[in-house]
Order: sequence, then C-alpha cells, then structure tokens
Amino acid sequence: MAEIIKRKKALSVSPLKASQTIGAALAFLGFHRAIPMLHGSQGCTAFGKVFFVRHFREPVPLQTTAMDQVSAVMGSEENVVEGLKAICEKHDPALVGVPTTGLAETQGSDVTMAVKQFRQKYPQFAGIPVVGLSAPDFTGCMESGFAAATKAVIQQLVPTADAGSTRPGRRKRQVNVLVASFLTPGDIEELKDIIELFGLRPLVMPDLSDSLDGHLGEDEFSPLTIGGTPVGELAIAGDSTATLVIGASMKGAAEVLEQKTGVPNFHFDHLMGLQAVDDLVQALHQISGEPVPMKLERQRAQLQDAMLDTHFMLGMGRFAIAADPDLVNGFSQLLAGMGADTVAAVAPANAPVLKKVRCAQVKIGDLEDLEVAAREHRAEILIGNSHAQETAYRLDVPLLRAGFPQYDLLGGYQRTWIGYRGTRQTLFELANMMMHLEKGEIEPYHSIYAQKPEYAQEATHEHGTTAQSARIEH
Amino acid sequence: MKQKDIAELLDEPACSHNKKSKSGCAKPKPGTAAGGCAFDGAQIALLPIADVAHIVHGPIACAGSSWDNRGTRSSGPRLYRIGMTTDLTEQDVIMGRSEKRLFHSIKQAVESYSPAAVFVYNTCVPALVGDDVEAVCKEAEQRWGTPVVPVDAAGFYGTKNLGNRIAGEAMVKHVMGRREPDELTPEQLAHGHQVYSINLIGEYNIAGELWHVLPLLDELGIRVLCTLSGDARFHEVQTMHRADVNMMVCSKAMINVARKLEEQYRIPWFEGSFYGVEDMNNALRDIARLIDDPDLTQRTEALITREMARIDKALEPWRVQLRGRKVLLYTGGVKSWSVISALQDLGMTVVATGTKKSTEEDKARIRELMGKDAVMIEDGNPRALINIVREHDVDVLIAGGRNMYTALKARVPFLDINQERDFGYEGYTGMIELARQLCLTINSPVWNDVRRHAPWAAAAKLQEAANG
Repeated sequence: MAEIIKRKKALSVSPLKASQTIGAALAFLGFHRAIPMLHGSQGCTAFGKVFFVRHFREPVPLQTTAMDQVSAVMGSEENVVEGLKAICEKHDPALVGVPTTGLAETQGSDVTMAVKQFRQKYPQFAGIPVVGLSAPDFTGCMESGFAAATKAVIQQLVPTADAGSTRPGRRKRQVNVLVASFLTPGDIEELKDIIELFGLRPLVMPDLSDSLDGHLGEDEFSPLTIGGTPVGELAIAGDSTATLVIGASMKGAAEVLEQKTGVPNFHFDHLMGLQAVDDLVQALHQISGEPVPMKLERQRAQLQDAMLDTHFMLGMGRFAIAADPDLVNGFSQLLAGMGADTVAAVAPANAPVLKKVRCAQVKIGDLEDLEVAAREHRAEILIGNSHAQETAYRLDVPLLRAGFPQYDLLGGYQRTWIGYRGTRQTLFELANMMMHLEKGEIEPYHSIYAQKPEYAQEATHEHGTTAQSARIEH
Repeated sequence: MKQKDIAELLDEPACSHNKKSKSGCAKPKPGTAAGGCAFDGAQIALLPIADVAHIVHGPIACAGSSWDNRGTRSSGPRLYRIGMTTDLTEQDVIMGRSEKRLFHSIKQAVESYSPAAVFVYNTCVPALVGDDVEAVCKEAEQRWGTPVVPVDAAGFYGTKNLGNRIAGEAMVKHVMGRREPDELTPEQLAHGHQVYSINLIGEYNIAGELWHVLPLLDELGIRVLCTLSGDARFHEVQTMHRADVNMMVCSKAMINVARKLEEQYRIPWFEGSFYGVEDMNNALRDIARLIDDPDLTQRTEALITREMARIDKALEPWRVQLRGRKVLLYTGGVKSWSVISALQDLGMTVVATGTKKSTEEDKARIRELMGKDAVMIEDGNPRALINIVREHDVDVLIAGGRNMYTALKARVPFLDINQERDFGYEGYTGMIELARQLCLTINSPVWNDVRRHAPWAAAAKLQEAANG
C-alpha cells in the first residue's frame, strides 16, 4: 500500500492540477447538444476554453455567468438565471451544465436555488434540462470534478425505477458504461468496440468519443456539442442489464445510478494490462452469455507476445508518473505487471485509489515534486502531461505524454491506452523509449597504450577548446 | 579460391577437430543446415575493424541483409557501420562488367571516405563467373594509393567457420607484418614496470564489453597491440606480429592466425575467456604465465585479489536471487565452456550446453566444469531445445538472438548471448550486468501472465470436467 505524502510546501511550482470546475465542464461536453456554463467570472471560462481547444484541437462550447464586481458582492443568482435564459433562447440546447467556480462558492452562491428561480421565471424553457453542481477549484482536481458532474447528471436526470417505470434487464443487450476522465475519446471508442463484440449496446455516460473525437461534421458551426450521450437516453438507463464503471473516481456516481435504478455495477479501477482487460472481458462474457469472440482471444494472445518482447526493456525500468489519481494508478499497475518500477508518483489531489498505486509513496503535489522525486530515485522515463516536458528536459529523460493537457502533441486525445490492443501499443512505445536510452552502452575506454591516432588528436582538440565550449554551454 | 586453398584452410593442425572424421568444418547438409556461410564468417570476423571501408562484391543479398547488424562498438571511427556493396546487376554479370564496377567502387570508397584501407569481400556470383578480385585489388591499390585487401569468401566455399579462417588468412597474408608498432612514449613507460604487448584474437568488443577489461590490462602494463577485430584500426592489425603473447578469446574461429603467428614469429598463444570471474582470473594469469616476469605475476595476483573482493560484494544480492536456478546454454558451441563458469560463479546450475561447434578440447573442458553427466546438445533445433527445457525444468535459456523468439513462444525466460546483444558481459564488471539481465528475465512477472489461461477459458475447462 502506497504511503500518501500530503502537500507541505506553500508554493505550488509547475502545477499539475487542473481545476474541478473544468473537469465538470468536460463531463458535460460528453452529452449531445450540451453546453456548460461556468458560474464564475469570465476568465474561468476563457482559460478553460483555451485549455480544451489546445488539447482537443476542436471548437469547444463553453459559456460563463460572467460575474462582475457588483454580482460578486451583491449576489450572483441573477447571472445564472439570465445566462440560462440567453443560452436557452439562442441555442435551444439539450442540456446546460452549471458548475460553480471558487468565486461563486466563496461568495456563497446557491446554484440549485438559482436554477429554481430560472424555472419559475422562465417556464417556457421547462423542457430544457439544467444541471447545476458545486465544483469549486479549491478542492479536488479535474478528475473529481468530472466525476461530480456525471453524478449530478445522474442524480438530476436519471429517473428512479418507479418514477421512470424502468426495470433492470428489460433491455437485455443494453449496458450502461460510466467512464472517468482518464479515458480518452480513443479509449472510449475502443471500449465500445469491445462491448459491441459481445452483441451488447453500450450506453456511455459521458461519451466524449462521440463529441470530442475530432470528426468533421456537416454543419459549419455549432454553439453546442456535436455529439455525445443523447440526454433522452438517460431515461432508459434503468432498463440496462448492467453498469460497467471504469475508474475508481466514478464510484460515487455509480452508487447513485445503482440506487436509483437497481442496475448492478461492475467496477474496474482501470483497463490497462492483461489482468484488468481479462476482468472486463470476463464480465462481458458473463453479462452477455456470449462466448468470447475470436478477435479478442487473438488480441489477448498478441498482448501476451508483446509482453514477452518488451519485458527485456521494461524489466527493472524506472518510471516517474504525474497525473490524476486514476491514471497514476493504471500506469503503475501496468508497469508493475511488466517488472518495471514506479519510482516516483505524484497526483494533484488525494483520492482513495492512490493507496493502491504500486509505488512506495505517492506525493500530493506538483511537477516540481515530481522532478525532485524523479531525480532522487533516478527515473529513466517520465509519464505526464505536456507541462512535464520542461521537467523531462531538465532531468534529461524522455517523456510519454498522458493526461491533461497535451498541447504539444497532435492526436493525444485520440490515443488508445486501454484494452488488449491499447496496452500492447503502450508497451511497445515504452519499450522503444527504453531501448533508445541505450542503457547497455558502455563508456568507450581509451587505453593508455593504444595505437589509435584519433585519441591523440581528440586529446589536443579537447584541451584547445575546453574554455570555449564551456562558454558556449552557458 | 582454389579447391586446394580451401582444403588447406580446412586442414588446421592446431584444431583438435582435425583428428576426427567429423570435422568442425564438415559440409553442411542440405535441408538441415543452420548457420551462416563462408562470406558471413569472413565479414563478421573483420567488419569491426573500424576505419576500413568494407566493400561486399556481389549482388545485393550478401550485404543487403547483413550490413551494420552487429553489436560491436568502436571508440573512434564509425566507417565500419556504413554498408558498401557493388550491388551487381544482371547486366554486370552477363556483360562481364563486374570487375570494372568493383574497380570504380574502390575508387569511390577511397575518394568519399578516405579509409585507412579497403577490404573487398568476394561472394558467390563473382566467384562463379570468375572475377579476378585479387588482381583488381592490386591494381586499385597501386592506382589510388590506399591498401586494398581481397577477402575471397564466396558462400559456397563452406561454413561460417571456414569464413572466419579465410578472414584470418587474409589478414596474415596481406596485412600483418607490414608496420612496426608505435614507439612507447616516455609517459607510457613511466609507470615503474615493464610494458608487454599482446593481441586479442577473436575479441569483438560486443556492446563495448572489452572496455570493462582494458583498464585492468592498462594497470598491469599490458599493451593490446590489436584486437582482431573489435574496435581495431587497420594499422594496428599491421603490427600484430610484434606481440609477446596471443590470446584466442573464447573461440577457435581464427585459430589459424594464432598458429601462423607462432610459426612465423614465435609468438606463444593460449585460449581464454573474459566471461566469468574464474575465467577472467585465468586469462590474466595465463598472460602473466606466458610472459613469465615475476613482477607482472605478482602484480597480477594482487589485482585479482582486489577485484575478487570487489566483485564478490557487488554480486552478492544477485546471487541470492539466482542461486540454484537452472540454465540451458545453447550458444552453437563458440562460448560453450566460457559462459558455463560465469554462470556457476553466480551459483546457477547449467543442466545442458550446446556443443555443435565445440572441439574435443572444448568438450573435455565442459565435462570438467559440469561433471561427467553433462548434457551436450549436438543438434540445437528449436524443438529439441524446448524438450530439454521441459525435461530439466530449466529456468532460463541462454542462446543467440535467433533462438530468442523460439524461447519466448514456448514461454521460457531467455538471455541473448550472441553478437547482436546490447549488453556487455566481459570482465569483472560485466558479470554484474550478466547477473542483472538474468534476474530481469527470470524474475519478470510477465511469465505468470503469459502462462495464465483466460478466466473464461479456465471456467470452460472446469465445466468440461464437470460434464465428464
């Protein structure tokens, strides 16, 4: 069990954390024709928008309640009401999400009450679902915000079995899938493919693989999401045979769904590595009653072969990981299964799953903490977001980009890490990085008696230019 | 090459296979042959000479699939890593233009890369159509003023082993004895002891592993005139006739070189290995013994004592993990005995070893190391290897790269020992890397995962059993 080291220093340097608020916004972006409206000042939204646009390289619908000096002091519910009205009037969305920010929470703004006021004042928009939730940036991180928003959507939009007249298993081939923020659109696509191989119909919540997968649509412009989970589907989630829950952070949301509908949950902390994917496939086999498709058997055998080929490079390899808790855990489990060591692990906020991380200690902290720990424990490869590139540069080790944000890598959002196929690709990439480190290289030794003329030349050359090259380096 | 010359090379009086009807250079059997041809052997033996332009004279197959394919390292020039071939075309062959193409190829190599020398490897097609490679080389050498050495090594002449000898023969005939060693400078002599010279024949500096050994030789005042051929330079090869001792490094492949240097220059030689603590000690002692200077002997013993103490401590944590583990060693015979003692130093048990290319002497030494009941594998086909692994409950297979994937498919831990590997195991320091790599694969958690049936398959089996 990993020891959790809490934050001790005053200053956060090279922050790893992205806010709960934008995590919540991202969850809303996984619903069709949706738009999140952050309840805070304009900047909260502007920064979040840039963050997502750079990562996904897509237009991202994101609005703001634009709190100003007056509303910050006198009360901001009016901003929520008027903001909702404007959005509903202009865009007729299928869902508006209203996560609060630190500013709104500090002021004491009650977003639930604000939504109620909106309903009273503008009954003409009663048909448009609005989900408000508290998601201030002074607690948690992106992952917890994403989970909280999904939970809020379930709480507010999935009817109980009685109210919605749903019954677990009525739609025998339908399974709910709750996915945490560490799954990329590419991951979710792969997961849906695997589920469909068993003749099942996945109802993914939230489905970023349908909205932010980077596809060119027919419409030239949309102020709303152009894909994602259809909000109407939430009404029939209670008819599903089972709910697959991917990511420990989704546990809370999953419990609410189970309580309301009675559909049984199947939990998976992550889907990287043979064991984890075996567990998923076994569950699908049980849920569907179908035999495991040959295609998956083959992919499993391919992964096993890749594990053999790559264990030479990965075995005893030293990795440092910085990411949100579920992703840190997933990578550390995958690496441990390959005989590699996670020598440094940093997460931006605490979560129960961090205790499971296969590393002696997990630091709650920033990329500076990662740098210190990675240097101390002589990490050979870093796994982290694009900000960790500078860390990697200073440590003189390569970086595998994973997590949010990835602004200096095309297609990072589409990368598939999970399943037999995704794991295999990940192992190849990590093993290649390790191989290119040329760890076996032995420093050339120049014998004092050697008859190698270039040694003498090199020696004089070095003497002559030492001072000069020293100057150039600095 | 004439039949007579080939027969002469095959008749190697210093090789104990000579006495048996089944020689180490026996003809390969169609349909069951494994291993390389004479060209392969010749190229592999000489390619590590780093400042030479190595031109393969033939159509593309010979160089195309073999260039820059070794783990051998250079401390300086990287010319040897540039593949060069005449890449003969159909027109060249039909119209008899291959000699001309070779001549111009040599010119191009000399002009573009200013090599210390050019080696020209003759291959099957030009040998068959009758190119006079030696004459072309002589002419080119005169014309461009750079040494051009013919290595007549067509694949059909015979096995890889023969190719090694052809390569050695070419060096003896065309290169050695053409230059005196550099004079030792006052600084080089200023260490308070006599400096002696040796050659390391058959040392290829794989992954730079010789660099684990050289510092120790420097310390003892032993000058390596030339390694044939790891990290060698052409003009070092020219001085090999001035050594006090020749060491044949764990292989008899170029035994003809040692024998001829003994005959022509009275240089004594011995066979040794730098793999494993015991063999490392023995190699240093053998050098001292043949040089026979009491001061050197005494300093050698002191160095051995010091290194033993150091390495014993460093190896202890690895020995704990490796003790009692069983090894199947299949190296095709070259390093059959030298690696055994290295593994025994680690507390491992070698249950079987390959002896396909081993000499009678090698086998005697193997018996000495492993006991009378040592399992010797003559035919190392993959099935046979796997069977031995299963019969003896082997923990790790140590073999050349080409057997790696056989082992992995059979879910057997594996260590690559041959020339393509990325890790150096020579010397005292190399032992630590060897131990580390062995632990890495043997103790890897992947073995459980790849042997484990899928949960649904396991359940299906249970079901089947229940249904009778």
